[in-house]
Amino acid sequence: MDEARHMSKSIIVAQGISKTFTNKRGSTKVIENINLEVRENEFLCLVGPGQCGKTTAVNVLSGLEPASTGTVKINGKTITRPGPDRGFVFQSTALYPWLTVMGNVEYGPKVRGIKKSERREKAQYYINLVGLEGFEHSYPNQLSGGMQQRVGIARAYCNEPVVLFMDQPFGALDAQTRYLMQEEIIRIWETAKRTIVFVTNNIEEAIYLADRIVLLTNTPTQIKKEYKIDFPRPRDYTDPDFLALREEITNEMDKTL
Amino acid sequence: MQKNKTLLYLILSIVSLALFIGIWYYFTAVLQIVSPKTLPSPVKVFTTFIDKFTNPNPDGATLLVHALSSLKITLTGYLTAIVIGVPLGIAMAWYPKVDLYVRPIFDLLKPIPGVAWVPLMIIMLGIGFASKVTVIFISAIVPVLLNSYSGIKQTRDVHIWVARTFGASDWQMLTRIAIPTSLPYVMTGIRVALGAAWTTIVAAELIASTEGLGFMIQQSRGIYRPDIIIVGMVTIGIIGSVLGLLLMLIESVLVKGRSKV
Ligand SMILES: Nc1ncnc2c1ncn2[C@@H]1O[C@H](COP(=O)(O)OP(=O)(O)OP(=O)(O)O)[C@@H](O)[C@H]1O
Ligand SMILES: [Mg+2]
Repeated sequence: MDEARHMSKSIIVAQGISKTFTNKRGSTKVIENINLEVRENEFLCLVGPGQCGKTTAVNVLSGLEPASTGTVKINGKTITRPGPDRGFVFQSTALYPWLTVMGNVEYGPKVRGIKKSERREKAQYYINLVGLEGFEHSYPNQLSGGMQQRVGIARAYCNEPVVLFMDQPFGALDAQTRYLMQEEIIRIWETAKRTIVFVTNNIEEAIYLADRIVLLTNTPTQIKKEYKIDFPRPRDYTDPDFLALREEITNEMDKTL
Repeated sequence: MQKNKTLLYLILSIVSLALFIGIWYYFTAVLQIVSPKTLPSPVKVFTTFIDKFTNPNPDGATLLVHALSSLKITLTGYLTAIVIGVPLGIAMAWYPKVDLYVRPIFDLLKPIPGVAWVPLMIIMLGIGFASKVTVIFISAIVPVLLNSYSGIKQTRDVHIWVARTFGASDWQMLTRIAIPTSLPYVMTGIRVALGAAWTTIVAAELIASTEGLGFMIQQSRGIYRPDIIIVGMVTIGIIGSVLGLLLMLIESVLVKGRSKV
């Protein structure tokens, strides 16, 4: 009922972000003056051509890497390093292969010293939420790619961060699994609301998922355009409006050489 | 499928082993073209093997006494190498300062084979327990330390990031991320070191000793008892394999969720 008011609260406020990498061969400017606000419980997709700087942008927004200029505030606090209020789901198997599904999911609370019964209960809740009930004692290498990503999502959720950053989490999956996981992440997000910053270079995926799409340019990357997506969920990839928007964004997106 | 393959493998091993012993038997016992002073028949070796369990002659001790003596020295040096080598390798890989101080010494000692230390150790510590344990220690610590080191270096950035986002301390990242990552490599080092240690003990005992399997072999060479030499060799082989199997077992319990390296 307070949806409108909640949606208006800014969780991430990034101002004047730029990022320049300097090494022996010189310096490369990867991000050029990005200003961005992400609101509470918003599903934001960062879309851009390959190698444009999406990962760098997420790393800076999340505090994994410091910005060269500008500031990032999360819940009003300026961030300079990673912290438990931010969770990550990466493209490849960032799971700990020596831990079971349960071990991976309860990892965050365990590091924070949450007592066993409490963190087990929480981990079990998120394992069930991502549809992995019965696989608690499996090791990651016994699971399919899609199931591994489910574990990754549960692990990120279980630490109950304010924002979830997902860098092309479905990029390595086959098309069939990818569609399924897109449905799943929406279902999970609708059950356990969270602010999500989701990186993809797949426009269709972004339209299916996002409340808002932020389109990035080629390097040095900056925001080219924003799209608010109001289509009701679950969305239909074959809907004419969906297809028209897809066409529009495709034409707008910079081409990579 | 998998089961059939192991079965086939087992059958093939038995067949080739039987064939080998058969040919050996044929040339020594049937054709008798090789003098038993040079190469005794497998039957003779087998009876000597049984006999050596109770008979301390001609080298002064039964087979078990020799084997236990070699084992005691090997395991002492080997286990010490693990207890020191694993933490040291891990510390070198994780803390640049430790690497800075230890690496030069280690790089210097690394290319020197364990047996090359024997003469010096005999002069410094005599031909007893201490000198041989030291030699074993030196030859075993090299692979243990090297593999522990490179195991820690396998730690993936993304694993560290995830841990950091969970607020893990440096110590937690070492113990909960880097060390579990390194475990298969550590175990490989421990396995390689066992081979190195076991080889070295025999070599060391051949040069200087008063008991042990190497000593037994050396004594038998002097009095032309090739049957005892072969019994010694077979015993070395059997003990080495059993220890190796034991390690594989430990490894399969410790290293979960990953394919072997
Ligand atoms: N640490 C670094 N040092 C120097 N250059 C870097 C570094 N990290 C990234 N870059 C450069 O920045 C550019 C953008 O990289 P980034 O990984 O952010 O792009 P991306 O959009 O995530 O690419 P992809 O579509 O492949 O995921 C690349 O040209 C890359 O070479
Ligand atoms: Mg990327």
